[in-house]
Amino acid sequence: MTMIKKTPKQSTLQGIKSLFVGLKVTGRNFVMPQITTHYPRKEVSNLATYRGHVDLVPKEDDPMTSKCILCGQCAKACPSNCIELVIRKEEVEPPPDEEAQPDSGSKEEATAKSAPKKKKVKRILDAFMLNYNLCSLCGQCVQTCPVDSLEFSTNSYLAGFTREEFIFDLLERMRNKQKASSSG
Amino acid sequence: MNIPPELIHISIALAAIAAFIGLNGLVLVYLERKVAGFIQRRPGPYEVGPWGLLQPVADAVKLVGKQLVRPKVADPWLYWAAPLLSFTPIFLLFLVIPFGPTLTGMEFNYGLLLILAFTGLNVLALCLAGWSSANKYSLLGAARSVAQSIAYEIPLLLAVLAIAFQFGTLNLTEMVHQQGQWPWQWNIMFQPLAFVIYFLCAIAETNRAPFDLPEAESELTAGFHTEYSGMAFGLFFLAEYAYIIVVSCVAVVLFLGGWQGPGAPGFWWFLLKVYALILVIIWIRWTYPRVRFDQLLNINWKWLLPLALVNLLLTLIFVKI
Repeated sequence: MTMIKKTPKQSTLQGIKSLFVGLKVTGRNFVMPQITTHYPRKEVSNLATYRGHVDLVPKEDDPMTSKCILCGQCAKACPSNCIELVIRKEEVEPPPDEEAQPDSGSKEEATAKSAPKKKKVKRILDAFMLNYNLCSLCGQCVQTCPVDSLEFSTNSYLAGFTREEFIFDLLERMRNKQKASSSG
Repeated sequence: MNIPPELIHISIALAAIAAFIGLNGLVLVYLERKVAGFIQRRPGPYEVGPWGLLQPVADAVKLVGKQLVRPKVADPWLYWAAPLLSFTPIFLLFLVIPFGPTLTGMEFNYGLLLILAFTGLNVLALCLAGWSSANKYSLLGAARSVAQSIAYEIPLLLAVLAIAFQFGTLNLTEMVHQQGQWPWQWNIMFQPLAFVIYFLCAIAETNRAPFDLPEAESELTAGFHTEYSGMAFGLFFLAEYAYIIVVSCVAVVLFLGGWQGPGAPGFWWFLLKVYALILVIIWIRWTYPRVRFDQLLNINWKWLLPLALVNLLLTLIFVKI
């Protein structure tokens, strides 16, 4: 950029001209349509790109269960420690084909009783607690999840009066959502 | 008992003026915010009433309902006198403005002089407000206000003086009578320079952006009225809008033919012109950034004052010829 020394006359005329240019700019904007959205009556069109708190993704074949495999990677990855998996262990009967083995002797039965390891233990997700008060929306959990069972919600209208309202059970949330969508 | 009809006339006029000032405050607040919204391409006030029409009413109710607070160290007398001093002269100013051929509060041969004299009181009010608040921002605002008002009064008076010489009268009604119906018969055609000088000075005198240094909210919190709350602030606010109307009215009388207009002359032409001018003032506010203080004074002393003097000289030569 080269500096051109202007005479006072030039700069004055330019200054006066720029005043009118300014008026023209604001005058044009005055008559142009509004670009804001009246929030409670209208919604912005790109709400789908909003990255709110995380949500559980349901299985395709069973919408009431989540894709989650309870590995706990998300809770480990979370820098704010806001994810907690409530897991219940349930002993399940061995599948019928294992049980119906005819050549099982009494000795083997005894060993089976003495070693309960053989009994299958199923881990069931009771609740997927997200403390949104602590969450920093970094998205580490979504990135870490090996089975893509977490996604960002588009829940942008979130308001409450107490901190407790922001401790979500995502599993319940997912089920409620599925119920609402299936009934509606 | 015999009541002189003049007194009744003035009493009615004063009541009408009070109503006019109050209503105008509401209208201008709404207009200002709507224009600001549209220029920034947003809707402006929208929620209260249809198209937000009741927003200024809600604001006014809020202001009236608020508690009046005085800082402990503030001077009680001066502190409360300042907003009143700012507001009360307005009634006098409106009294002599000819809204229509016969629609004047008081026919007065020195109408222009009266307006110029009593607008000067506002400076004193701002000065008192800033001084008595015992607040550094208020004081700075007051200091700026005094420097600015006194500086800009000079070219304003010189520009108006040229007009007075041209018309040979200080009576505002008489001035309008000397201008014609059509726009090319209006005085702005003969005195464009005086109009520009007057308009710039009027914006500066009313502390409007881009010359709103006494209340520069980004620098001085709120300037001279930082400490004022409730209706004390409300009076300053109303006064400010009333002064905008006054300067627009005077500009219309001096330069834009007053109530004269194509077709049917009457107060509607007067109000139309006044509001058009106010719209331009609002437009200017939302266009330009605030000038620096040295720039403010430079514009005045280096440009407006010499130009006003030249204009006065030329006018005198033309009048003499």
